[in-house]
Amino acid sequence: MRAANLAIAPVAAEQPQAGFSAGAHTVPAWRRLLRRRGAVLGLAVVVGFVLLALFAPWLAPYDPLATSWSVIRKAPSAHYLFGTDELGRDVFSRVIWGARASLLAGLVSVCISSLLGVPIGLLAGYAGGWTDALISRFTDAMLALPFLILAIALAAFLGPSLSNAMVAIGLSATPIFIRLTRAQVLAVKVEDYVEAARAIGNPHWRIALRHILPNILPPLIVQSTLSIAAAVIAEASLSFLGLGQQPPAPSWGSMLNTAKNYIDNAPWMAIWPGLSIFLLVLSFNLLGDGLRDALDPRHK
Amino acid sequence: MLCSSRPVPAARRLLQGLTAGLALCLATLAGAQTLRIGLAEDPDALDPTMARSFVGRVVFASLCDKLFDIDEKLALVPQLATGYEWSADRRALTLKLRPGVLFHDGEKFDAAAVKFNIERHKNLMGSARRGELLPVTGVEVVDPLTVRLVLSAPFAPLLSVLSDRAGMMVSPKAAAGPQPFGARPVCAGPFKFTERVAQDRIVLERFANYWDKASIHFDKVIYLPIGDATVRLANLRAGQLDLIERVASSDVAALKSDSRIGVARITELGYQGLTINIGKSDLAQKNPLGRDPRVREALELSLDRAGIVQVAVDGEGEVGNQWVSPSNQFYVKSIPVPARNIARAKALLKEAGVPNPSFTMMTPTTSGDQKLAQVIQAMAKEAGFDIKIQATEFATTLNLAEKGQFEAYLLNWSGRTDPDGNLFNFHGCKQPLDYSGYCKAATDELLNQSRSAPDAAQRAKLFEQIAADVNRERPIIYLYHRHWLWAYNKKLTGLRTVPDGLIRVQGLKL
Amino acid sequence: MPAYFAKRLAAVIPTLILVTMMVFCLQQLLPGDPALVLAGEEQDPNVVAYLHRKMHLDEPLPVRYGYWIAGVLRGDLGESLRIQRPVRQLIAEKLPVTLELALLAMGIALIIGIPAGIVSAVYKGTAWDYLANVFALWGLSTPNFWLGILMILLFSVTLGWLPASGYISPWEDLRGNLAAMIMPAFVLGNAIAAILMRHTRSAMLQVLNADYVRTARAKGLSEPRVVLKHALRNALTPIITLGALEFGTLLSGAVLTEQVFSIPGFGKLIVDAVFNRDYLVVQGVVLFTATVYILLNLLADLAYFVVNPRMRG
Repeated sequence: MRAANLAIAPVAAEQPQAGFSAGAHTVPAWRRLLRRRGAVLGLAVVVGFVLLALFAPWLAPYDPLATSWSVIRKAPSAHYLFGTDELGRDVFSRVIWGARASLLAGLVSVCISSLLGVPIGLLAGYAGGWTDALISRFTDAMLALPFLILAIALAAFLGPSLSNAMVAIGLSATPIFIRLTRAQVLAVKVEDYVEAARAIGNPHWRIALRHILPNILPPLIVQSTLSIAAAVIAEASLSFLGLGQQPPAPSWGSMLNTAKNYIDNAPWMAIWPGLSIFLLVLSFNLLGDGLRDALDPRHK
Repeated sequence: MLCSSRPVPAARRLLQGLTAGLALCLATLAGAQTLRIGLAEDPDALDPTMARSFVGRVVFASLCDKLFDIDEKLALVPQLATGYEWSADRRALTLKLRPGVLFHDGEKFDAAAVKFNIERHKNLMGSARRGELLPVTGVEVVDPLTVRLVLSAPFAPLLSVLSDRAGMMVSPKAAAGPQPFGARPVCAGPFKFTERVAQDRIVLERFANYWDKASIHFDKVIYLPIGDATVRLANLRAGQLDLIERVASSDVAALKSDSRIGVARITELGYQGLTINIGKSDLAQKNPLGRDPRVREALELSLDRAGIVQVAVDGEGEVGNQWVSPSNQFYVKSIPVPARNIARAKALLKEAGVPNPSFTMMTPTTSGDQKLAQVIQAMAKEAGFDIKIQATEFATTLNLAEKGQFEAYLLNWSGRTDPDGNLFNFHGCKQPLDYSGYCKAATDELLNQSRSAPDAAQRAKLFEQIAADVNRERPIIYLYHRHWLWAYNKKLTGLRTVPDGLIRVQGLKL
Repeated sequence: MPAYFAKRLAAVIPTLILVTMMVFCLQQLLPGDPALVLAGEEQDPNVVAYLHRKMHLDEPLPVRYGYWIAGVLRGDLGESLRIQRPVRQLIAEKLPVTLELALLAMGIALIIGIPAGIVSAVYKGTAWDYLANVFALWGLSTPNFWLGILMILLFSVTLGWLPASGYISPWEDLRGNLAAMIMPAFVLGNAIAAILMRHTRSAMLQVLNADYVRTARAKGLSEPRVVLKHALRNALTPIITLGALEFGTLLSGAVLTEQVFSIPGFGKLIVDAVFNRDYLVVQGVVLFTATVYILLNLLADLAYFVVNPRMRG
């Protein structure tokens, strides 16, 4: 997570072509995005996974929870495309349903961290002084705790479940959004149009929301996309440690957790869920990279 | 380190073979052998008085000798004590001690040392042995090799208690030395403590003055905690370990085809069971399972235990319905394992007025427990039960269990040699492990009688009465007894399979 | 410079205090009575009561924090209740292991990441660039515990080349040590290599367009010389600074890697201690890691400041 943040930092510094309204930005940005093959591919795969998750009940050949004692740990075949697991459940169906947990975890936790982080970051950057100092120290302290440990501790504290894992990941990723937003606000705050808005007596909240926020959105959007990728991995990690999605509900991470016990005699149990995590994360990363290039023409 | 026993690449080994050095090397190898044992967890403090984990007992087996040991058939065998005698009123136990035994620091083992150790177990702050030795009120030194334990009341399980950690003897001098003692234990076992790197290894080296040194064929034992069963096995296969405990049952089938690896097994002393809250908190009255014994009987009848054993532990277990396994001498034969009977289960539920009872089953997050929970869920569904699996991290399950904030709880117990250890604390009213809240004055009376009963036959009779009482209420539905599974390099001989799951190093040879 | 230094240092102290509070609260708020977990199977009430006293569990949170922080200030992080060893000693024992893992991973990351970054910048838009970018995406997108499992499957289970897990001290047997560390180091270094590659690429691209590089080219210097001597040297500073920061990431990234490969380092120490509720171990280790991380950040900032005085935090 920290890495993603740093990767974004230089972009942030090069972002002062503010003054354009957000609307004028969007159309060409979209076109620029669609011109990038990687981004389009990423978008396509993400959409594919979303469709998979939405239509799981119709796409999965079997009930993902249906156990069958007669087909325990069977290798992939025409009947069971990805094989079966230790309880005779169809791995293919579980992988399809597992997309729900991963996507949900990615989206919800990033929503949590951005909905918390952006306003706090705005406040810190805009208000400055004591507020800023306090928020910044707090952010520093949170960032100093290893991300996964923070998430593990929070997930253990809240009790293992998918929704709690999402909260834990969301909270753990919040400081990144605070820090990024704050840095952006500091860069934009001194711009002429903000000074102008202030000069004509706009209230603070209006300046922050109407004049600053739209102009710092692009890096936040990029960060969100990359954070989804990180959150998907984080959910898988927590589930892998037994602190995320709980059995029998399928999640790629918890499937891997079980699969590692059978790596010797049922490697297919480990391969497909892992590959799915990889593909989904890769797609979000591709999309994030594409967005960054599209939203920031100076970053080539 | 030239003659390390770790495998060397083939080419180099060949090269070495051409030199005369190899002969020398082999000679030293034969003389300086190391036994590497893969453990499933990292033990806690290595102080017999403070130790609380099962895996710690595995290490103690080669570090600290006990007054008695048990054999494959659970019979008591002498270790540091050579004999015992109960007084007529069974309120005193006289022990004859083995002469000429030394502790690792050269101190002499004698009656005074036994007195010191029993008193240490009883009085040290935080001792985990105090409860086991509660009835022991005094220790008298009769002569240097005779000691008498005085009891407040007859206590049949005492000998088996002395064949476990409470019977381990540490050097009194070392125990008074630098603290904490558990960081550098000094005992009287075949191997002495050399080094411990937490979560990595515990190294013991041969004790030259061990009283039974003829049965020891290694110079060093290294215990390596490797949490993941697959990885533990992979290390054994790669030759980095000689012996591993707690093999995953799913790996056993594949091991049959491996000519270099042997598998040993024996039914455990413990059990896997489903504890039901029938009176621990008011939650018990709020759901049909805790409220009505008929619903619990229906649940038991909905389960196909043989099927559960097949799926949950790949057949590596013995079905059971009591706190000891059917092969134990104290198993109550008049209450056999019931067969699955869905029709009867449905009828019972109808009688109870809840054709579709629903309850939550608190299950630790480990994958084995989850698997078991899912099998139970699927089987009980056929009788009309709607079970919700509540996966809870183990640490939290203990808290919720203690507060009675659960309806059903999947819990296993590692077992004790004497049935009392599987029974008293679970079904005695308000005992520490009475999570179900089972509390019957009549049962308590029987439990106390079973502790003071003079012989096995009388105890068995009392156990039968207790089993009848308990089986009526079903505070715990006992499911099965796992096999302890060990895998070892086939060159290793002399492995004894004792139901307590510990590894006796005496007689092991590579 | 001294003013800047003082300012940064002043910010570090409140951060550290906040860190101690967070670490403490997170730990103490965990559900599950630690005494019950540590008391073992028997749940002997005497033992539970003893552990309660020993951990001051019956006292209010601020008082417990006081006990702990007073010890920390004296350099005493307390004692593991599970294995009866001082936390400081455990840290000293585990640090070299994780440090070795991190150093090896960093080494692998540097060896892969920097050349890949240079190549992709110099041959921008070609197949090489494309390949390097694909590699970076792979590195960033692979969950490292999955990669670890796959590598164990291939190199230990199938081929039998490398040990599946465990750790051997390098002083005891260097080859055995490297054999055991190579897979985890690669798994851990893989992602960092990707990040380094990206940083190197963008730093090199910036530098390659700078005037002095153009001048060097104009002077007729050979291209490898221009790239390696002039461009790389200037691009290296930000790369190294960022590398220092990634070191902090490495320490936390080791958590899952150590779990998968059963390496007895920091990560395994923390995770096991969280599950065993060995509070003082978790608190001590997390505090130590966080402090190292904060100090590394500080050093990186200062280095940046020294190299590039225009930058102001």
